Amino acid sequence: MQGSLSKDAIMVTIVTAILIWIMPLIISTYTLTVLIIYGMLGLSLGLIWGFGGILCFGQAAFFGLGAYTYAIAAINFGESTIPMLLAVLVPAMFAALLGAMMFYGRLTDVYLGVITLVVTLILFKFINSTAGPQYVIGNARLGGFNGIPGFQTLNIPGRPDDYIWGDSYFYVCAILLAVVFFLVSALLRSSFGRVAVGIRENETRMSLMGYDIRARKTLLFCVGAAIAGLAGALFANWGEIVTPSLFSLGQSAEIIIWCIVGGLGTRLGPIIGAAGLAYLKFLLGQQMLIDNTLITGLILVLFVLFLPKGIVPAISDMWKVSFGRRPLGRIHQQRRIRHRGRANG
Amino acid sequence: MDLTVVILVEMLYAVASLVLISAGLAVVFGMMKVINLAHGEFMMMGGYATITAVNWGVNIFVAILIIAPLVVGLIGLVVERLVIRHLYGRLVDTMLATWGLSLFFIGLATMIFGNTTTGISTPIPGFSVGNYQINGYNFFIIVVAIFLLIGMFAVLKGTRAGLIARGAMQRSDMAAALGYSPDRIYMATFFCGCALSGLAGAVLAPLVGLVPTSGGAYIAKAFITVIAGGPSLIAGLFSSAGLFGIVNQVFTFAISPVIGEVALLVAAVVLLRLLPQGITGKIFKGKL
Repeated sequence: MQGSLSKDAIMVTIVTAILIWIMPLIISTYTLTVLIIYGMLGLSLGLIWGFGGILCFGQAAFFGLGAYTYAIAAINFGESTIPMLLAVLVPAMFAALLGAMMFYGRLTDVYLGVITLVVTLILFKFINSTAGPQYVIGNARLGGFNGIPGFQTLNIPGRPDDYIWGDSYFYVCAILLAVVFFLVSALLRSSFGRVAVGIRENETRMSLMGYDIRARKTLLFCVGAAIAGLAGALFANWGEIVTPSLFSLGQSAEIIIWCIVGGLGTRLGPIIGAAGLAYLKFLLGQQMLIDNTLITGLILVLFVLFLPKGIVPAISDMWKVSFGRRPLGRIHQQRRIRHRGRANG
Repeated sequence: MDLTVVILVEMLYAVASLVLISAGLAVVFGMMKVINLAHGEFMMMGGYATITAVNWGVNIFVAILIIAPLVVGLIGLVVERLVIRHLYGRLVDTMLATWGLSLFFIGLATMIFGNTTTGISTPIPGFSVGNYQINGYNFFIIVVAIFLLIGMFAVLKGTRAGLIARGAMQRSDMAAALGYSPDRIYMATFFCGCALSGLAGAVLAPLVGLVPTSGGAYIAKAFITVIAGGPSLIAGLFSSAGLFGIVNQVFTFAISPVIGEVALLVAAVVLLRLLPQGITGKIFKGKL
């Protein structure tokens, strides 16, 4: 993490502006919007897994929860501002409860993965079984495996009849992703972010230094869930329907694959991984020759075997080797010291 | 009275099917520490192997008990040589690679068998107890599960191969120093684990309509059973399968099948919160 926060802000603004201008010339904005949403979802797991070391198998649970919260609230309120806020808050609250249960119980790696996986399954099974008319929240029927269609989509705050859709929705999503990306950068630069990375590296040492790792992990988990919830709400707006498949294991799997392929421990990696793989899936979906799932699986296996660090770290390594200003590596330093020694002696 | 018998049989059946589902994973994950997320797909392939063999005119019991485990074991062998072998000791990487494998196999099965439900009828007729009908095949599953547990215990505890396998899993360097090749032992153990998964898939095949994504239904249950069981292989498998099977059936009969499933999962979460090392981390310590 070199450079300052303001430099970050300028970079994010410039890159976002260029991408918003160029990308619609290549891909239709309708597809781009969902790629951006997936990018945000990837970023949410990239934050808690890549920087916090928390491997959550149930990131899809927060994504789905955000989408469902938005849909249910939008039907009940008839406008979109409060539902958007709720869609961020409810997953964060849920993550706070779940996280507190897990981290204060000192569960780690495999057990953490299994519990998050199981919770996602419970939600999936529960939502799937709510087809009957008795499952109602306010005016909204949960609808079981059919999902909830026909809710109010995003509107300009305070004016429920002015919908934001099409191209302008794309701009909203792109700017939101840039804002989230900037906030994540700011969080990682803060002392909280640095302590989180420290916890990832060595939990015992950080706790011996006096940091409450349980509270910090829970908080980071919450932030990740909030971002996933926001992505879920945006997805609900994009698809105009929410279904239980948002909670499915396949969805969770995809998020993890995005992070691995893009590169863990980077901010850009998960976004690029998500958008790239989702676009690849979209392209593959247009051909019938080879099954889509087969290729996704193959990509994951090959990445784990041959490029376990992911695309972004690999490219940035290559960049550093070929173009970057070489920081004085160990060999150079030794040589310089030797030179100096000779000069002095 | 009749209802009691029916519920009792159903409970035994639930426990037995959990034992079957989890046995292969208990070997691959419990012993070898490979987080095999493709476990469900190995079961799915066991099911397809059975159905294909039966359609070719093979006796159904031969197909279930011999062909399916062999076929899936061999597929497991190829997978081990190509992928898993490079990943021993890297917990998260095995998980991701096997997740990839699981997607790969789903895709492959979809291409070969199509995205439609296939199935065979159960070979054992049902019979009635009072006013209730019991599926005769349930008894077959219970018997297979019992023999499986006894067989695993006998092999691991009683034979030299079992001893070597257990030793190599604990200290592979020591096993190597004593002249056994850990590479070979891992390969053989992975083969056995996959064969057990194939057997489970084959035994359950006549009861479910098989689709390429069937594996997903088993994977979570298998994992929570093995993890809740804890470090002891067979005692853990038996005790956690017993607990979850009974919880599942009690809530199924009391409320509904969906609530039964949810109760099973909630029980697992609560159990892991209370006993993070699994059941045999506290009770039956040091047993096999």
